[in-house]
Amino acid sequence: MRQARFSRWGLAVLAWLPFAALAAGPSPWQLNMGRGVTESSRHAYDAHMLALIICVVIGAVVFAAMGYAMFKFRHSKGAVPDTSFTHSTKLEVLWTVVPVILLVIMAVPATAKLIAMYDTRDSQMTVKVTGAQWLWKYEYLGENVEIVSRLDNESNRLRQDPHVTRAQLDAHPSYLLDVDNPLVLPVNTKIRFVITADDVIHSWWVPALGWKQDAIPGLINEAWTDIKEPGIYRGQCAELCGKDHAFMPIVVKAVPQEEFAVWLASQKAAGSAPDAPSQIPGQGDTRERSVDPDMIDDVQEGEEPTAPQAPAAAPADAASAG
Amino acid sequence: MSTHTATADHHHDAHDHRQSFVDRWFFSTNHKDIGTLYLLFSFVMFIIGAAMSVVIRLELAVPGLQHVSPHFFNQMTTMHALVMIFGGVMPAFVGLANWMIPLQIGAPDMALPRMNNWSFWILPFAFAMLLMTLFLPGGGPGGGWTLYPPLSLQFGQATAFTIFAIHMMGISSIMGAINVIATILNMRAPGIDLLKMPIFCWTWLITAFLLIAVMPVLAGAVTMLLTDKFFATSFFNAAGGGDPVMYQHIFWFFGHPEVYIMILPAFGVVSEIIPTFSRKPLFGYQAMVYATAAIAFLSFIVWAHHMFTVGMPLGGEIYFMFATMLIAIPTGVKVFNWVTTMWRGSISFEAPMLWSIAFVILFSIGGFSGLMLAIVPADFQYHDTYFVVAHFHYVLVTGALFGIIAAVYYWWPKWTGRMYNETAAKFHFWWTMVFVNLLFFPQHFLGLAGMPRRIPDYNVVFADWNLVSSIGAFGMFVTPFLMFGILFHSLKKGAIAPARPWESARGLEWTVPSPAPHHTFATPPVIRDGDLAHGDVSH
Repeated sequence: MRQARFSRWGLAVLAWLPFAALAAGPSPWQLNMGRGVTESSRHAYDAHMLALIICVVIGAVVFAAMGYAMFKFRHSKGAVPDTSFTHSTKLEVLWTVVPVILLVIMAVPATAKLIAMYDTRDSQMTVKVTGAQWLWKYEYLGENVEIVSRLDNESNRLRQDPHVTRAQLDAHPSYLLDVDNPLVLPVNTKIRFVITADDVIHSWWVPALGWKQDAIPGLINEAWTDIKEPGIYRGQCAELCGKDHAFMPIVVKAVPQEEFAVWLASQKAAGSAPDAPSQIPGQGDTRERSVDPDMIDDVQEGEEPTAPQAPAAAPADAASAG
Repeated sequence: MSTHTATADHHHDAHDHRQSFVDRWFFSTNHKDIGTLYLLFSFVMFIIGAAMSVVIRLELAVPGLQHVSPHFFNQMTTMHALVMIFGGVMPAFVGLANWMIPLQIGAPDMALPRMNNWSFWILPFAFAMLLMTLFLPGGGPGGGWTLYPPLSLQFGQATAFTIFAIHMMGISSIMGAINVIATILNMRAPGIDLLKMPIFCWTWLITAFLLIAVMPVLAGAVTMLLTDKFFATSFFNAAGGGDPVMYQHIFWFFGHPEVYIMILPAFGVVSEIIPTFSRKPLFGYQAMVYATAAIAFLSFIVWAHHMFTVGMPLGGEIYFMFATMLIAIPTGVKVFNWVTTMWRGSISFEAPMLWSIAFVILFSIGGFSGLMLAIVPADFQYHDTYFVVAHFHYVLVTGALFGIIAAVYYWWPKWTGRMYNETAAKFHFWWTMVFVNLLFFPQHFLGLAGMPRRIPDYNVVFADWNLVSSIGAFGMFVTPFLMFGILFHSLKKGAIAPARPWESARGLEWTVPSPAPHHTFATPPVIRDGDLAHGDVSH
């Protein structure tokens, strides 16, 4: 049988391949934060590594001292306690001042990085991000183009199957990290985001971009990004927003600027204008929707049934609907 | 020996007022019995909270949604936290305070014994109300223990009962804190100056001030949620002119001191145990007292580090980053002092010491991840991920809970007059060490890899560490039962404990017999040299 010929090593490589398709995304057994594809993500990574290294060194010193003490000063080996060694002002000063210095060493670059990450000036385009239960809406401000971005159908089907097998999930490498309509963005362009929400607090996060920002109903938050490499970058909602919080991912497709211009033009031509305030699903949205078991549960539990992928009602009504 | 004076009242118990079971346990005015009630209650709550975490880790063991609906999963995460924080950790520390503060300061009881009893008895009712919400139509609260609006206002009746339960728990805590302060400030035996007082009493004195300061703030925050939901106010509804972020500020103004409320008594416990088993006084007692006070003060001015991604102005973010980093200083001072207490000591490794040493190491790891979280550019990647979950479980489980377990093993002989089996206790310790680290350490990796919090399902790429973590959880679920078995066995078969089972233990509690008589120090003890841990030291 062919299968018997595959070495274990070969199988491991094959098992990893689906994740290669995730491009700049997480990998199995991942230990550390990624560097990402923006200056901001690099700032986050560098700040993280500096703090981590300092903590590891302090930990190593302190735990080594403890280990040494536990070994050297064992009662079972007849150690005699030095009961006069009970205080030392010199030591207290030393181990107050040295940590202060270490904190300053961490705080100074962190402050510079934070100031840079907050600087949304001189951006070349603006995208409005709106979080809703349980999807994202992206509007290219000034271009009259809006996209509604929902969990992809295959993921939605698999997550509703309580008997889903590992093989089925392995066969869908972007499970829960894929959407029907990704946010397409140009590389090497400073893009400003204005972020809000329709109903409850959500949070927009793509690790490869290096930041997250809460999407809060009634507020508009600002952020910016400048993606250096084309690719597909995946993220998730990062603020508990109800039952489908885990099922409203984010996909950013970063493309060369010319390709973006072409794409944007085609979107305008296709008439992807922002929805009217009543927020009915866009025309041409003819996907089959299976009945969500959660919706059945809702009715049985006496809750308001909420269709799984429907846009939310206007904020004030939803908040008082109970 | 001062034991003579301290046990003069022992005679009273011989012909004591025969209390019925109901009188003794429902209408108690005895700090020892009330302490026992709190500890038993907290033990049951820990098991309930742990069962919820088993449901969580069962669903998260492998990718795919196999066992529970997402809405129920959210109820589990919400209730797990509420039960553990308000039903597990806080009552356990109040139980320890009740048992030990009067004994340590030579007082006959707490200052306000009837209020003490009421403080306890509110809790079973509060938690019955809270847990009952799981059975309401629509289920229990599912918006996280932090109850952020507008989400927390979407949950029907559950929110109302959760808020009522929180009010009851808050009243219990405030009354308990008043009792602790009144007792410590007014009822110390002559000779126990504040700066000679056991450090456990110091940490509880400071904790009590924190409780009185912030529990009313929580009450205010959840009351505003209640009125927003039922009485058409708009505190947190932007459409009505309010602000959802204001809730977060108010909540975390309570929430940050709350986490120090949960750890300071553990610092006190460990500061009692490490000197005993190092056969050497606590290093830097005064520095430890001032460091604890500094931590408490700083805890009021750092709350927004829980909100770095909410869209605060740059100046606010920078201020809270610096202030939060500052807390590392007094905390580090405490760690260094514990290590130096062991240095040049004569160390033995009975169970209380094992738990305390593990506390110092693992709480420090939790502290390191806390320092990393304070760095805002990095926090943009950590916030609301499993990195945060790892951080707070290290400081709460291997921190606060290990402190509680250490205290129980340490003072068990005093409470019951029996020694637990040391070999079994060591087994309990090492079993826990393996599984608690399997459970929580990989969660750092999951957070760094990009796994958000509060999700019941995830991409296959996160599967490996999640399985390791779930195995850790299943192993941990065994541990409360293991501990119960060890302690229950000791009640029947344990060796009889002397008044001072740990040869180098200092403090007035060790001058009374084991088990401690129902009433102790009816008259104030005469303090002799060597009775107190810090009584006759010049600093």
